[in-house]
Amino acid sequence: MNKIIRFLPLILVIALGVVLYRGLSLNPQDMPSALVGKSMPDFSLVTLNDANKTVTKADLVGDIVLLNVWATWCPTCKYEHPYLLELANNPQLKPHVKLYGLNYKDERLPAQQWLMHYEDPYQFSIFDEQGTLGLDLGVFGAPETFVIDHHGIIRKRFAGAIDTRVWRKEFAPLIKQLVSEKQQGK
Amino acid sequence: MLNRVIFIIVLIVSAFMVTNTVNASPVETFEFRDEVTKIRFQALSKELRCPKCQNQNLADSNSPIAEDLRRELYELLQQGKADSEIVNYMVARYGEFVLYRPRVSSITYILWFGPALLILIGIIVVIVIVRKKSAPKDNLALSTQQQEKLQQLLHTNQVEASQNLNTDKKDKE
Repeated sequence: MNKIIRFLPLILVIALGVVLYRGLSLNPQDMPSALVGKSMPDFSLVTLNDANKTVTKADLVGDIVLLNVWATWCPTCKYEHPYLLELANNPQLKPHVKLYGLNYKDERLPAQQWLMHYEDPYQFSIFDEQGTLGLDLGVFGAPETFVIDHHGIIRKRFAGAIDTRVWRKEFAPLIKQLVSEKQQGK
Repeated sequence: MLNRVIFIIVLIVSAFMVTNTVNASPVETFEFRDEVTKIRFQALSKELRCPKCQNQNLADSNSPIAEDLRRELYELLQQGKADSEIVNYMVARYGEFVLYRPRVSSITYILWFGPALLILIGIIVVIVIVRKKSAPKDNLALSTQQQEKLQQLLHTNQVEASQNLNTDKKDKE
């Protein structure tokens, strides 16, 4: 008993060290979204390319959806863009997954030019000039990507750029699971 | 004399005005329905955390998202929403994270009660240590056996000391 007490401070210090060391490699921006497991919020906004075309939640629901929040003022979005094109053209994903854009707090013309210049990976981009849908989604920056299942439930939120490594680690298993859920008719 | 007083008053008032404009937030101005709403706005924007710049509250931060949330907060207040409704609205979108004063729930028990628990443990440890130390005080007096031994030791010491003294003297001689 005495021996244990003698070593207790050492054990405590080591435990504290482990906890703090772990904290070094954690990303404080990596927060669980409050919306995971909840239904995609309702919205009614126009598309980026056509100011007369209104889109709503109904236009998204039904497929497995990747909703990518982007803007021209966001340098990381530019970094992410080529990989989004790759995803959009991936023959394995194409039949199952639809990629939509949410143009967040941006200006119409530069955003349209961006898509013309860098190619458009999205089915369409929702034009959220005021950031209202962004607010309902709990978006606090760009890029962010949401995975929405075929019932319109948000299954994942990822803040930051997607690249091959992130896709393999964060998205691929979930997409696989969702595809099989959909095929089983769940 | 009167002129002087007026001059001083004007000076003081203008000084206040200057400091007020310096203190005012440079970002935006809101018109409130009444004083209470204004105070509620200030209180809530201090208690809600900016999701992007994580160690600042909404009142502090200049980031675009904090600006948006301040505007949203203002609009919710103008709509006559209660504080708890507003907090729920924010938590539904940005998670428990936005609360600088987290709600008491099973995941925040350690936050709320951890410090009290640690103090309690500390107090118990101190009491135990103090008691342990003070316990042998009753037996501080030596037993007869110990007394005898002590006397013996003292005696031999004295003898040795006097012998040493003698040898020292001899050396000097």
